[in-house]
Amino acid sequence: MIEEQIRHYIAENILFSGNGYPHSDDTSFLENGVVDSMNVMELVAFVEETYHTRVEDNEIVPSNFDSVTNLANYLRRKGI
Amino acid sequence: MMAEVALVHEFLERNAERLPEKIALVCDGQRLSYAEIETKANRLANALNFLGVQRGDRVALFLPNSTELVIAIFATLKAGGVFVVINHSTKPDKVAYILNNCQASAFFTWPAQTALAADLLAGIQSLKVAVISGSPLGITESDKVYSFEQLLAQHSPSRPLKVNIDLDLACLIYTSGSTGEPKGVMSDHSNVVFAVGSITSYLQNHEDDVVIGILPLSFDYGLYQLLMVFSFGGRLVLEKGFTYPAAILETIQRERVTGFPGVPTIYSMLVNLDLSSYDLSSLRYMSNTAAALPPAHILKIQQTFPWVILYSMYGLTETKRTLYLPPEQLERRPDSVGIAIPGTEVWIEDENGQRLGGGQTGELVVRGRHVMRGYWGDPKLSAVRYRSSSILGERLCYTGDLFRMDDEGYFYFVARKDDIIKSRGEKVSPKEVENAVYKLEGVQEVAVIGVQDDVLGQAVKVFVVVKDGNLNEKDILRHCRAHLEDYMVPKYVELVTELPKTSSGKIKKTDLK
Repeated sequence: MIEEQIRHYIAENILFSGNGYPHSDDTSFLENGVVDSMNVMELVAFVEETYHTRVEDNEIVPSNFDSVTNLANYLRRKGI
Repeated sequence: MMAEVALVHEFLERNAERLPEKIALVCDGQRLSYAEIETKANRLANALNFLGVQRGDRVALFLPNSTELVIAIFATLKAGGVFVVINHSTKPDKVAYILNNCQASAFFTWPAQTALAADLLAGIQSLKVAVISGSPLGITESDKVYSFEQLLAQHSPSRPLKVNIDLDLACLIYTSGSTGEPKGVMSDHSNVVFAVGSITSYLQNHEDDVVIGILPLSFDYGLYQLLMVFSFGGRLVLEKGFTYPAAILETIQRERVTGFPGVPTIYSMLVNLDLSSYDLSSLRYMSNTAAALPPAHILKIQQTFPWVILYSMYGLTETKRTLYLPPEQLERRPDSVGIAIPGTEVWIEDENGQRLGGGQTGELVVRGRHVMRGYWGDPKLSAVRYRSSSILGERLCYTGDLFRMDDEGYFYFVARKDDIIKSRGEKVSPKEVENAVYKLEGVQEVAVIGVQDDVLGQAVKVFVVVKDGNLNEKDILRHCRAHLEDYMVPKYVELVTELPKTSSGKIKKTDLK
C-alpha cells in the first residue's frame, strides 16, 4: 500500500532509521521535525520516480506533503 | 524611524500607541495588531517577573517561528531580561549546552518538548521555570512548568516599569565557531537599535512595507526582519520556512508582500519555480546575505523580477549587518557586496595591522555602534574578534573574513580565514560536526569539509575511518540527524580506510574533496 511505501522511504532515506517509521501517519512532518525543507524536495523526487508522475510546483503544499496520510491521499487523487 | 527609541521593545510600544489597530503580525493563521501584541507581551512580562525572572536574566526561547515566539521576545525585554532564541531543530544536548552556557533562568518550548523541559529543569540549576506554548492540554502548573496561555490569562496587561538602559543586553545570538562550541554574541539595546536604523534606512523601509519572514528568528537575519518591521510600523508575515515554496508564493500574493529577505539557497529554489500563475507585482525589494549570490542567479532574479530592487549584502552576527551594495551598482559590480552600512566604517588590514588600499586583499575590520559587545562568558575569544582601536575604550570587530577592495572602495568577499562552512546560508563548524560523529561507537577518525553545491552553497561532507566494518553510511547519517541541527547534517558520507596526514600527524584537509 502507498502509506507503507512512503513510511519505508522516509525511514530509510531521510531518517536513516534502523527500526522503521517511528511516527503516526497523521504526524506533521514539519512541526515534528520529521523532514526539513531539503527533504521535501527529496520526497518530490521519490514520488516522481516511484509513481511515474509529475509533481507540479503548486502541488508542493502542506496539504499534499506534510504527513504520510496527506501524501498518500494526494497520490490517490492523482489516480495512483 | 523614531529617533527617540532607546530600547528594543520601545519599537513595539511606540507603534502600539501610534498604530494600535494596525495588523503587525500575520502568522499561524492569526492576524495580531500592535496593540494586541503589546498587551500579550505585557501580560507575559508581568508573568516572567512574577516567576522570578530579574533584570539581566537570560530567557531561552526554543520555539519555531510563531506568534508565541514574537510575544516572548518582547515580553523578555519588557521584563528586563535578555532573550536567546534557539533554532527549533536543535537537539537536546546542544539545547542543554546553550542553557548552561548562558545560565538561563527561563525556558520556552512547545508541547512536544515537554519532557525535555522537565529534564532541563532537573539538570540545570539556574533554570527556574519552563513555559509551554500552544495547546495547554496535559500541562499541569506544577514542577515549575507553566502554560503560555494560562500565564497570559493570569497576569496584568499593564506595561511593566522600565528598568534597563540602552547599554543593557537585549539578546544573545548563538553562532557556530571554529572551536566547535556555539558561542553567544551579546547585543546590547543600543547595538540593535542602531543596526535596525541603519539597515531600514538603506532599504528605504516605510510603514506600508509588508515583509515576509521565512528564515528562523534564531538566525540574526531572520530576527532582524521582526525588529525592523516593528521599528517602522510595517507588517511581518512570519512563516516557518521555505519548505513549501508554492504556499509562500500564494502568501506573497495574498498579503501583497513588498519585502523578501532570502539566502542563496532560497533564491536558487525560487528561480527554478514556475511563477507564471502568481501575481508577485507587490514585491518592492529582495535582499540576500549569508553568502554571495552567484552572478548567474542575480541575472536570473533580475530577469524574473525586473521591477524588484535587489540588495546584495554581507554581515556576521558579531556586527549584525556590515556591508550592502547600493542597488544601482548591481549591474556594474554584480560580485561585490558593497560598502559599509550607513553610519559605520570598514577597511581591510594585512596581518601586521597595516591598512590596505584598492586592489589588495586583507581582513575586513568594522567600526561602528553595531559592533556587538563580545561573546558571552568567553573573554578569550572576545579578545580575538573584538580589539581596541586607537581611541581609548573603542572596540573594532576583526571579522576573520578576507576581502578585496576595488579602487572605488567597493568590497568583494574572498575567503574565510577559518574553516567554517556556509550551508543554506547558515554557519556550520566542521569541528562541531566532527565532535558529533566521534561520539558514535566504532568511529576512529573523522574529517569534515565543505564542498561546492548549486543549491546549498556548500554541502557538508564527512570522511570517516571506522574501527571495524560494522558501521555504514546510514548509521552515521542517522546519528548525525539525532545530534545535529538539520543544516549541519552531512549531505555526503564517505567511508575511508585512512585520512591524509601532515608530517606532524595532523589530518590534512586540503587533500580531501
